[in-house]
Amino acid sequence: MLNWLRWLPENVSTYGGDIDSIIALIWYSTAVWFVLTFGTIGLFLILYRRRAGRPAAYVKGERLAEALWVLVPVVMVLAIDLWLDFRGAPVWAKVMLERPPAALSIQVTGKQFNWEVVYPGPDSKFGTADDRQFDNELHVPVGKPVRLLLKSKDVIHSFFSPHLRLKQDIVPGRAIEAWFEATKPGKYELPCAELCGFGHSGMKGWLYVHPEEDYNRWVKEQWS
Amino acid sequence: MASPAEAPAIPGIATGKIGVWWFLASEIMLFGGLIASYSVFRLGGPGWAEAAHHLSVPLASINTLVLLTSSYTVVRAFVAAERGDVRALRVYLGLTILGGLIFLGIKAVEYTTEIRAGFPPAAGIFWSFYYTMTGLHALHVLAGVVVNSIVLATEGVGAKNPHRVELAGLYWHFVDVVWIFLFPLLYLL
Amino acid sequence: MTTATAQHGEHGFWTTHVFSTDHKTIGKQYLTLGLFWAVVGGLLTYVMRWQLAWPETVVPGWGEIGPETYNALVTMHGTIMVFFVAMPILLGAFGNFLIPLMVGARDMAFPRLNMLSLWVFALASLLLFISFFVPGGAAAAGWTGYPPLSAKAEYTGVNWGMDLWILAHALEFAAFLMGGVNYLTTAIAFRVPGMTFSRLPLVIWQQLTATTLFLLSVGPLIAGAVMLLLDRQIGTHFFTPGGGGDPLLWQHLFWFFGHPEVYVILLPAVGLVLDVLPVFSRKPIFGYRWIIASTIVAGGLSFIVWAHHMFVSGIDPRLAMPFSITTILISVPFAYLMFAMIATLWRGSIRFDTPMLFALGFIAMFIVGGLTGIFNGSAPADIYISDTYFVVAHFHYTLFSSVFFGGLAGFYFWFPKMFGRLMNETLGKLHFWLTIVFFNATFFPMHNIGLAGMMRRIANPLQYDFLVPHQWINVVATIGTMLLLASQIPFVMNVVWSLVAVRPAPKNPWQANTLEWTAPSPPPHLNWGEALPVVYRGPYEYSVPEAPEDWLPQDRVLAARAR
Repeated sequence: MLNWLRWLPENVSTYGGDIDSIIALIWYSTAVWFVLTFGTIGLFLILYRRRAGRPAAYVKGERLAEALWVLVPVVMVLAIDLWLDFRGAPVWAKVMLERPPAALSIQVTGKQFNWEVVYPGPDSKFGTADDRQFDNELHVPVGKPVRLLLKSKDVIHSFFSPHLRLKQDIVPGRAIEAWFEATKPGKYELPCAELCGFGHSGMKGWLYVHPEEDYNRWVKEQWS
Repeated sequence: MASPAEAPAIPGIATGKIGVWWFLASEIMLFGGLIASYSVFRLGGPGWAEAAHHLSVPLASINTLVLLTSSYTVVRAFVAAERGDVRALRVYLGLTILGGLIFLGIKAVEYTTEIRAGFPPAAGIFWSFYYTMTGLHALHVLAGVVVNSIVLATEGVGAKNPHRVELAGLYWHFVDVVWIFLFPLLYLL
Repeated sequence: MTTATAQHGEHGFWTTHVFSTDHKTIGKQYLTLGLFWAVVGGLLTYVMRWQLAWPETVVPGWGEIGPETYNALVTMHGTIMVFFVAMPILLGAFGNFLIPLMVGARDMAFPRLNMLSLWVFALASLLLFISFFVPGGAAAAGWTGYPPLSAKAEYTGVNWGMDLWILAHALEFAAFLMGGVNYLTTAIAFRVPGMTFSRLPLVIWQQLTATTLFLLSVGPLIAGAVMLLLDRQIGTHFFTPGGGGDPLLWQHLFWFFGHPEVYVILLPAVGLVLDVLPVFSRKPIFGYRWIIASTIVAGGLSFIVWAHHMFVSGIDPRLAMPFSITTILISVPFAYLMFAMIATLWRGSIRFDTPMLFALGFIAMFIVGGLTGIFNGSAPADIYISDTYFVVAHFHYTLFSSVFFGGLAGFYFWFPKMFGRLMNETLGKLHFWLTIVFFNATFFPMHNIGLAGMMRRIANPLQYDFLVPHQWINVVATIGTMLLLASQIPFVMNVVWSLVAVRPAPKNPWQANTLEWTAPSPPPHLNWGEALPVVYRGPYEYSVPEAPEDWLPQDRVLAARAR
């Protein structure tokens, strides 16, 4: 229960490990603070419980010399927070800003209560005759950067893959880009993470990460 | 000796004024939120100026003038109330109320012509903002007319509390100032 | 009796207990409505948690619930707890009761406006209550009401319920605007001689900051509510794409209000705890002025952090870093507040009465909530964590601890003053220990299942293969919830027992310094007799070496020297 890091699902994306390391970093820093603050409170409660003949000290904590006892820990909090943010910024950039050139573009459209997954087909262009649509199935090759074009037909949905550590809300009226590169073949769930109506619970698709040759075979089957 | 209930306000602090100012602060945020939303949308999308051309600038200019005049008369009403000149107070407060009513009348004419011309609130995002912002403002003008009428009904028959005229005037100025922002944003840009 | 009460003694039953302009009665009325909603909101959790632990089984005493009902339950639980429990209790009840008594006023600045505030809130409550029973059921678009889901009836199947939800919010906001204008005016203009701002109790400072935040942040959301209603009723497109609207506008308006709003709830609770701590530590609060400064800084910063609720909402990802930094900055004043609370214990003479236990419970649980907030505030971690149960765990550790631990600390502390009766300490301590144990049993495991990826607002976790192995966590949390609800039985018994079995409270049962303890328990109409108290010193002068006792009330004249 206490080691939260064990609860994360298996990571299967190239940037998932970075996100996990940020979560781990925060977990360790906050665990230290937790022990320190709870230890201090516990100690004070025992040491300074009411006892006959020992009045409380008249300390107002207004003078700087006194206030420093609190200000110094506050500055430490600030320093650690800034450090965490400093460490987090490159990870955020990696996931959200610096998209590597994609081997494959796929359009995922959320609608109540399905994912419509559209492949551009051999011509790599959307809106042409060789587009193919698959409901709730996203097939990708392992080890290739995949670009997602996320759209919605009705309300806000959120594309979530716990195993890829990817989550992106999808706003109707916008085309939002996301990307990932899977590192391990397998079949993973793709739930919707934003309340989208009575069918929200159970709105999910499957991500199939194939080894390269399996993926090519699947493509051949679909576009033959 | 004064009854305890009246006793304790700190001398020199006008409680009514503090209350009205805090109320106006939240009102500023209400219109501020609308104006900010409108501005962000308008900067982000084309076609707004074209829609705005269907509004009547002359009518809105007259309305601006009417409101500015009524802001002046409400100041005169306060001056009269402070001097205890009940007759002048009645005249100036009456003129202020009349200004509010004229404003609402002209606004009603504008709304009907625009809707007849095929621009109801759902005609497009500009129109949605236009009706929401001016409509909300018109409701505030209406509220101001009601407040001024209540003050007229009490102070105008000789009650001596210039403070109430001042507070009503403060609110009326606010309504005026909001319009000063709405007019160029909606009609002129 | 004093002339003050004699003059105003001719009030009948209706004007004294129902249509009263007395701030104490209005405070108690807010308290009653808030407690009523707490019962409703609490019972909803029983139904929700049953469904989550044993999906699609019959909930004893309720029946089967479908996903539509679940969405309505989760929406109404959030709405009720934030707007109809936390605000009326922490602001409505404590603000009304304490502000005049602690600044030395005989009533609010505008008593009739105050009464109007209560009745507008009662009307809002009525509308929200009716919304459960209209065709189509109550609102089901989440407590945040994100459009387009909330903007068109066809998306949720909820029609009138959603409109009533919007109207209830608008009226509730109006009620607290009226209350807020009163709070601020009273505290500015009706302080007794000697009660300078630097002698104002911290609970009042927190109430005033919270009220200011509310007044300055709610306007844009009221505008948003009007726009949402127009979208629903006359077909405008503010929040739906076709026609130039944008769903994200609502999120900006909502969270511009929403983040200050969580401080509107938090700060009064912090204030209650800050006033309880010195009394039971017999020591001045640590760094009075620094605390006020921290509070104001936190309030100011709360206006520029809102987009941290929207990291993965589709806003420009470059906005995440500036908002992460403001979010980090806002942790500084709160760290100060928490450390100051802990430092107040240092070298104190600590008494463990029930109010103190709840105050300490607040500190402990809020620290956990604050630490888990760092996970949410980190933009990259939030990619994974947002909209999972980790967030649910986080905001219950902050908000539940505010409303229940902070609120109950205040309730046990001021109950003797409010009702003129002493409460039972044994039942109070039992209530505390049961509550804190089962609170943790309910919410701590939600961190774990949230990190395992469980999404918020899903009705049936068993529909997801990756969650099935963790289902036992949901069972634990559900059993925890039921026991947490049952833990409130000693509280109810205690209140009933205290009100029925008369153990009259003395004027100052806790030997506290602030002005309300100089009035009789309960204070009469207009609070004090002929003469108002005069203030000579700050509110936290405990264990002053020159004083004969270990407390020194604000109004006591010290013969040797007036400090």
